[in-house]
Order: sequence, then structure tokens, then C-alpha cells
Amino acid sequence: MANEVILLDFWPSMFGMRTRIALREKGVEFEYREEDLRNKSPLLLQMNPVHKKIPVLIHNGKSVNESIIQVQYIDEVWSHKNPLLPSDPYLKAQARFWADFIDKKMDDAQRKVWATKGEEQEAGKKEFIEILKTLETELGDKPYFAGDDFGYVDIALIGYYTWFPAYEKYGNFSIESECPKLIAWAKKCLERETVAKSLPDPEKVIGFVSELRKRFGLE
Amino acid sequence: MTTGEVKLIGAWASPFVMRPRIALNLKSVPYEFLQETFGSKSELLLKSNPAHKKIPVLLHADKPVCESNIIVEYIDETWSSSGPSVLPSHPYDRAMARFWAAYIDEKWFVSLRSFPKAQGEEETKAALAQLEEANAILEKAFIDCSKGKPFFNGDNIGYLDIALGCFLGWLRVTELTGGHKLLDEAKTPSLSKWAERFCNDPAVKPVMPETAKLAEFAKKIFAKPHA
Repeated sequence: MANEVILLDFWPSMFGMRTRIALREKGVEFEYREEDLRNKSPLLLQMNPVHKKIPVLIHNGKSVNESIIQVQYIDEVWSHKNPLLPSDPYLKAQARFWADFIDKKMDDAQRKVWATKGEEQEAGKKEFIEILKTLETELGDKPYFAGDDFGYVDIALIGYYTWFPAYEKYGNFSIESECPKLIAWAKKCLERETVAKSLPDPEKVIGFVSELRKRFGLE
Repeated sequence: MTTGEVKLIGAWASPFVMRPRIALNLKSVPYEFLQETFGSKSELLLKSNPAHKKIPVLLHADKPVCESNIIVEYIDETWSSSGPSVLPSHPYDRAMARFWAAYIDEKWFVSLRSFPKAQGEEETKAALAQLEEANAILEKAFIDCSKGKPFFNGDNIGYLDIALGCFLGWLRVTELTGGHKLLDEAKTPSLSKWAERFCNDPAVKPVMPETAKLAEFAKKIFAKPHA
């Protein structure tokens, strides 16, 4: 049966990046459609009526929403190649935990780094670094979060790496000096073609964040 | 691997703790229930869940698993040959179950929780409207997921039933203290009937706290200072 896969996405979204990587890891052909978030397509509104957000994965006409749920779905449908989650239930639970940790903590903290100033920004930077350090400790000396194989937690986190230069510029700090092992891990992930193809140029992201800051009256 | 002692760090009143308890009951897995004292956190809890310091924590042969819905999936996968399947088998149905469970935690429960905090008539009306909107969304989700069967998961309770059903005790308490019907048979008939069936399920009954006991507990922990 032919597989029709469409991804409604927005190029700087670290959430969309997860789904792009997962699809490429499985060798799934998909149609990428760029959404203008200030003018959402009728298809987006129809396929994700509850949240009206990207990314939206449409597989043979049926939509799957929420990036981390999409990654699990992709792993379960195209289970024949490159498993993204460990098969052992305990290791799987650990992977799910850390992806959930990233989901719960990263978004708010990173936003404070580039979208606020003064005391609020300083507090945000501190929180952000603490979260990265916790993740760095979890990574330890392993090449990837699950060990030797690139997978679920790496996919959940790597998209944020393209935003690091923007955080550093507007937060006025160096992430590498605080978390060198995490930077080394990110560079290793970027050596994978599936990741390199799915992530935007960090310079473009800086430009995008600069536009947002202007819109919020920060510049 | 199913061998190894099972312990659950939790508290009788917590809806999140109820989730793994129901799953363990469905799989007929015996466990030691280690109850935390309200207002303090044990050394074991802090050691087992340093990232969040929250209950529930499942300890299987002393190895911790955290986050209630993740624990439920772990239980389903570890004791897969025992009892009914907690998650649906088809990847699309699994994705739907996970999507609605996330919606319940991020939107529905937040709406429920804001209701008792509302001050004055305007805020209460707004909170009620928000919860009613969320209920209407879940009513439709139930019809879509259940496909005519008694539960979100079909013939037996499963992941999504557990994800929502665990809040029914607190919902009833909020109805009592607020004096407003929050799960209305007229507005959400399918969900209301489902709620009855869920509470009567043999895996749920032993762990669902009595409304009166929960109301008394709520009074204690939400005690407001006299004006």
C-alpha cells in the first residue's frame, strides 16, 4: 500500500526538526510543507483543531500531532529499520522520561534567555544552564543518550542546538564553556546526514530571533 | 523481565499515583505501597526522582521509573503477557491515546484545577466555561476512540481511561465544594456514563478514594486563613 506522508512544519521549529529527523532515519519519503504561522493553512486548522500548531504529520490522510508522539508513531509504523527507542522496557522508560524532561523544561527556560531582559533574563539563563547540565550529566561519557545508538532523546534535544548561537548572542554567554560535553555530542549528531538535512543554518535562526525580538519591542 | 520486587512511592489522594496503581491491578502485580507524608519528601523519593522530586515513582528491583503515564507504559510492556493490554495495539490508536493523555494533563486538568482558585463570579464563570469547552472536546474524543465500546480503550479500561479517570475523585470534590456540576449528563452524556463504568471497574474501585474522605483532605490542605 502506498504511503503518503505530509509534514506541515515551520523551518525554525525545534519540534518540527524532531519529526523531520525521525522520518529521514526511517528512510520515509515525505512532502514538507512550510506553514506561515501568522496565516495558518486550512489544512493545518483541519488536521490539528485542538492546538492549531505545527508540526502536523499526515499519514495516508490521518493526522498525528505533537512532535514527541509523532516520533514514537514513526518508530512504531516503520519498525523494520533504525529503531529509535530501545527494546528493553526499562531503557525505553528512561528514554521517554528524558524526552519528557526536555519537553517540560526546555521551552520556557530557553524563551527567557532571548525574549526577556534584566533580572528575568539572568534568572532564565541560570535555569537554562542548569537544565543543560542535568542533561549533560545524564549523557555522561556515552556517545548518545541511549548509548552507542542515536535515538529518541538525541532527536528530542538536537533541534535546540541550532538555537544556541541565538541564545548566546542575546543572552551574552557561552554555552560551550558551561557544557562542553553537550556541544561535542551535538556536533557528533550533526555528522549524521539525517540530522544535517533536517536542521536549519543557525545564522538564519539568529535572523529569525532578531525579527521576533523587534516584534516584542526588545530591539 | 518481570522478576524483582515492585514498590510504588506515592500517596492515596494523588490522581497521578492512582494511574500506576490501576495498571498494576490490571496486571495483577503485587506491590508495596510506600506512602509519602503530605508536606514532606522522603530520602527515598528524592534519591529516586532527583530531576522532579515528585510522586509517583515505581521501583522495580530498586530501579526507578518516573512520570505516571510513562510508568503505566512500562507496566504494560513489562507484564505484557499478564492481563489485558493497557495501550492499544495499532500505532495510530496508540498515538491518539498519547495525544489525548497529554491534552488531559496540559489543558483539561489545568482547567479543572483553576476552578476552585477562581475568585468572584466573573472568574468562576470563565473557569467553568473553559472546563466545559475541554469537556466537550473530550466527549468527542471518547466517541472517536471508543468506537461504540464502553471505554476509550475499547472493551477494557486502558491508558487513556486511566489518564482521565484518575481525576474523577477530585472532580467530584470540586463539584461538592464549588456547588457546580462539572461533568454534566446533559452536556457530556457519553463521558458521564463512562465515568460511572470507570469508577466501578474492579481495578479502579480499590484505589479510588471516597469523595467524603477526599473532601476532608482537601479542606485540610487548601485551608484558607480567615479574612
